[in-house]
Amino acid sequence: MATDGKGGKDRDFQVVGTPRPRIDGVAKVTGQTRFADDLILPRMLWCKLLRSPHPHARIVRIDTSRAAALPGVHAVVTGGDFPIPFGVLPVSQDEHALCPDVVRFIGDPVAAVAARDEDIAAEACRLIDVTYEPLTTIGSVDDAATTPAPQLHDYADSGNLHKQVNLEFGDLEGGFAAADLIREDLFFYEGNTHLPMEQHAAVAEFSAAGKVTVWSSTQCPHYVHRALAKVLELPPSRIRVIATPNGGGFGGKSDPFNHEIVVAKLAMMTGRPVKICLTREEVFYCHRGRHPVLMKIRTGVTKEGAITAMDFESYLDGGAYGSYGVASTYYTGALQTVTYDIPSYRFKGARAFTNKPPCGPKRGHGTPQPRFALEVQLDKIAEELKLDPAEMRLRYLVKPNTITANWLRIGTIGLGECIEKVVAGSRWKERYGKLPYGRGIGLACSSYITGAGVAIYWNEMPHSGVQIKCDRGGGVTVFCGSTEIGQGSDTVLALIVAEILGIEPADIAVVTADTDLTPVDLGSYSSRVTLMTGQAAIQAAERARAQIADAVAAKLNASPERIVFAKGRVFDVENPEPGLSFAEAVVVAESRFGTIGSVGSYAPPRPAGKYRGAGVGPSAAYSYSAAVAEVEVDPETGIVRVPTIWIAHDIGRSINPALVMGQVEGSVYMGLGEALMEEMVYRENRNVVHKFPSMLEYKSPTTWEMPDVITYLVEGPDANGPFGAKEAGQGPLLPIMPAVANAIYDAVGVRVDEVPMSPPKVYKALQAKAKGAEPRFGPTSTPHITWPEPVCVRTPAEGGDGKATPRSTAVPTA
Amino acid sequence: MAVGTDGANKTDWEARQRGSMGNPLVTLTPALPKSPLSLEVNGERIDCLVAPQKTLLEVLREDLQLTGTKHGCELGECGTCTVLVDGVPILSCLELGVACENRSVTTVEGLAAGAELHPLQQAFAELGAAQCGYCTPGILLTAKALLEENRAPTRPQIVSALGGNLCRCTGYVKIYEAVELAAARMRGEAAEPTRESLYGH
Repeated sequence: MATDGKGGKDRDFQVVGTPRPRIDGVAKVTGQTRFADDLILPRMLWCKLLRSPHPHARIVRIDTSRAAALPGVHAVVTGGDFPIPFGVLPVSQDEHALCPDVVRFIGDPVAAVAARDEDIAAEACRLIDVTYEPLTTIGSVDDAATTPAPQLHDYADSGNLHKQVNLEFGDLEGGFAAADLIREDLFFYEGNTHLPMEQHAAVAEFSAAGKVTVWSSTQCPHYVHRALAKVLELPPSRIRVIATPNGGGFGGKSDPFNHEIVVAKLAMMTGRPVKICLTREEVFYCHRGRHPVLMKIRTGVTKEGAITAMDFESYLDGGAYGSYGVASTYYTGALQTVTYDIPSYRFKGARAFTNKPPCGPKRGHGTPQPRFALEVQLDKIAEELKLDPAEMRLRYLVKPNTITANWLRIGTIGLGECIEKVVAGSRWKERYGKLPYGRGIGLACSSYITGAGVAIYWNEMPHSGVQIKCDRGGGVTVFCGSTEIGQGSDTVLALIVAEILGIEPADIAVVTADTDLTPVDLGSYSSRVTLMTGQAAIQAAERARAQIADAVAAKLNASPERIVFAKGRVFDVENPEPGLSFAEAVVVAESRFGTIGSVGSYAPPRPAGKYRGAGVGPSAAYSYSAAVAEVEVDPETGIVRVPTIWIAHDIGRSINPALVMGQVEGSVYMGLGEALMEEMVYRENRNVVHKFPSMLEYKSPTTWEMPDVITYLVEGPDANGPFGAKEAGQGPLLPIMPAVANAIYDAVGVRVDEVPMSPPKVYKALQAKAKGAEPRFGPTSTPHITWPEPVCVRTPAEGGDGKATPRSTAVPTA
Repeated sequence: MAVGTDGANKTDWEARQRGSMGNPLVTLTPALPKSPLSLEVNGERIDCLVAPQKTLLEVLREDLQLTGTKHGCELGECGTCTVLVDGVPILSCLELGVACENRSVTTVEGLAAGAELHPLQQAFAELGAAQCGYCTPGILLTAKALLEENRAPTRPQIVSALGGNLCRCTGYVKIYEAVELAAARMRGEAAEPTRESLYGH
C-alpha cells in the first residue's frame, strides 16, 4: 500500500511503479518511427540555406538573380522576405529567419533556396552573391566587456552585455563575519553542445485553402507555432505544427529555428511541400548548447559544519542571440540554495553577446556550471576543515518543506539517502583518500527542477493540457501537446491513464505534439513533462472515470464511490461479481450521457518569491542526486579513465522504473562526456571559426569510454508530483563533472578547476605540482564589469515577504 | 541527350554551367545518367535505376523509401547508417549504391521475421535500449552481425563491436544488457531482464 502522492487514500498500484516497455518501443526497433527527415510528400521541394562566412558583418548587397535563374530552382528568399523578428523569450525577439542587414556568427543564415532536389538547392546557394562589410568581432566575455560598440543588439543591458543580474538575499556581511573559514575559488566551464544523433529537419506544406502545416524535429511545437504566426503574420488557427518524434533533443531543439520558418514561407510561395534537413555541420551552428561560464564563488562556513554565506558570480558567453539566455543567466545563480542550507546568498550574473553560435538550454540548463563550482569548492572546504566530504554534506542539507533564502519552496528531499546509498555502494569510507597514487574516488551532489514554475511568456493559463476520449469499444485515446524526444513522455501518459481507468496501456492510444489535435503543452524542456502532463492526465482521467462510475453505479444500484476500475473491469467494490468490462462500462455511460470525453490541465504552484528574477528557479518539486566517481589518472599523459560511477537519484516515485533507469544512465553518460572531453571551441583572435563542427572531432564518449554505472533509485513520493513522481532526465547529469574532478584530486592531488578535464589540463596541473607551484589548472581572474545596483530581498528566516526591499535600505555591493 | 535523375536534360545542364560563370568556387557536376542496379534487399530481389553518385544510404532512403536506415553525419563518423552488406556491417553513407550490385543488403526493416520481432528487437524494446530510437537501427544490425559470429559475447566483446556506433541517449548500458539478453535467448536460455537493470540496486 502506498499513498498516491496527492494526499489521497492509500491504494495499490496496478501500473505505476512496474517496469514496462515503452509504448513506442516496437516502432523504434523496427524502423517504423517516422522522424522528420523520413517524411516524403508528393511534389516536395528541397531547401538549402546559405550561411555567413563572417563572424560579424554588414550585408552590403545580396544578389540572388543567378540562383533564381538556375533550372530547377523554384524560389529564393533573403532577409527582406522576413522583416519580423522572433525569439523564444518575449524579452529576446532578436532573431530573423534570414539576416536582413547584419550577420552575427559564422553560420548565420542569409538566404534560402527551394529547388527540385537538394543538389540543385546547394548549387543555387553557391550562386548567390553577397557583399559583406566586416564589423569588429566580439569573441569573448572579455571582448564584450571592453568593446561596447558595435553592439550586436541594441536591446542589451549595456554595450555588449546582454543581461546583468545582481540579487542579494539576507545579511551577507553578517554571514561572512560569522564564518570560521571563507574560501574564494574561480572555475571555468567550457561550452559544449547537445549532439543529438538526428540532424534537425522540417517539412512544410501549404494548402491553397490557406493553411500551413509544419512537421519538425522540435521539442516545443507550441513555441514554433507562436513564432510562425508572428513572422508569417498568419492567425495561429491557419498554422499546424506537428512535432515528429525527436531523434534526441537534450535542449537543442527547444528554440524556434530559422529553417522552420523558412520552409513554411517557401511552401507558401511555391504551393509545394518543402523540406530541409540540416547537415551535421549546420547542427553545430544551430547550437543553443551549454554556455561557457566563468565563475567566482566565495563561501563562508563554520568549523561545526554549517554554511553561513555564499557570494556567487557568473560570466556567461552567450553567443550571437538571446535564445533562452536570460533564463540561463538566472539559472547559474538559482539552484545553489536547494541542496545545502545557505542562510545568506548573493548572485551576480552577466551574459555577453559574442559572435558565435548562440548558446541556450542544454540538459541541466545553466545549472551544471555553478554545480561544478559549488561541489568542487565544497571538496576543498572539507579538506581544509578535515571533514569527510560526504559527512560534511549530510550536515549541510536543506530541510524538507522549507523555503530557501532566495525563496524557492522545497518539498521532499531525498538527498541524504542518496548520499548514503553511493557512500555504501562505493565503499567510500574504506577507499576515499586511501587508494594508491593514480586512483581516486570523488563525491558530488545536485538537484534539479521538475518543471519551471513560470511559463516562458507570462499568462494565467495551464502549462499542460490533456484530453481523453473513451471509445465504446473500450479503447481510450489520450491527446496532449507534449513531445516525445526519446524520454518516454508518450509512455508516461499511457501508464497514468491506464492506472486510473484500470485498463492496460496497450488499450490506450496516445496522440501528442500536434497543435491542431492536442491541447497545449509547453514542450519537452525543464524536466517538466512527467509532472505537468502527468497531473493533467490524472485530472482528465479522473473526470472520465467519474462520469463512467456514475452511469455504472446507476446500473448496478450502488453509490458511485463504491465503483472501482481495475484489471479492465468496472465493478462495485462490495459486490464485485456482477461487474462490467471497461468497454461495457463505456457503453453504459455513453448510452446515458452521450460521447464520453474529458479534459484536464495543470499549472504549477505560484512561486514564493515576488522580486524581479524570482521566476527562474521555482518548481513544483526538486529532484536530488548524489554520485561517486572512480578514476584512474595516468600521470605521464594526464589521461583520465573512469571505470565506475555510482549514482543515487531521488525520483519521488518512479512511474516506470525501467525508463527512469534509462534517464539516469543517459544522464551519467552525458555528464561524463562533459567532464572529460566535450567542448565547443573556436579559433581565437576574434576569428571565432568553430574549430571542429563534426562528430569525429567533437569528442563524445563511445562505448569504450562508458563506465559501469551502479544506479540506485530513491523513492519518497512528493505531494506535488503525479503519484509522487519527480524528474529524472536532467538532474542525474549534474553531479558527474564535480565528482570526477574531486576524484582526480583524490587520485593525484591536483585540482582541475575547468571543464572538460581533458588530458592537457590534468597534465599541466601535474607539472605545476611537480614544480612546487599551486597544484591546479584553472582560471585566475574575472573580467571587470560594472554591476547594476543589487535587488535586495530579505530571507524567510529574516521575516521577509518575498519582495525586494526598497532601494534606500539596500546595501551597496562591493 | 543525357537524362538527369529527375528528367533534367542537357539544355538544363548547359544553363547551369552558364550560370556558374564568373564564380570560380562553383563546380557543377553534370547530372549523370542513371545506372541500373540489381541487388537483394531484405531477401527481396530489387532491380532499379539509381543516380550513380548516390550512396547506399541515399538509395535505400530515397529510391527504395526504406527510411528505417537513419543518418547522423553522412561522413562516416557516427555509425547511425549502419546496414549489413553480405552480412557485414558497413556505413551506408560511405558506400556507393552501385557498388552493391548483386550483393545482399539487410536493413532494420528486414530484421523481423514477418510480424515476429528478432530477439534483439524484442530485447531492445523490452529494456528501453531504444530511447529516441534514432541510432537503434544501426546498433541492431551491428549487434546482429556480432551475434552471428559469436553466440555468447562477453561484455568487452560487445563494447568492442559497438565502438563505432554513437548513442546520445542511453549511455549504452541498456544496449549492452539487451544484446546480452537477446544472445541468451538465441542460445535457447530462458533469460529475463535482471532486477537491477529495471529497478536499480
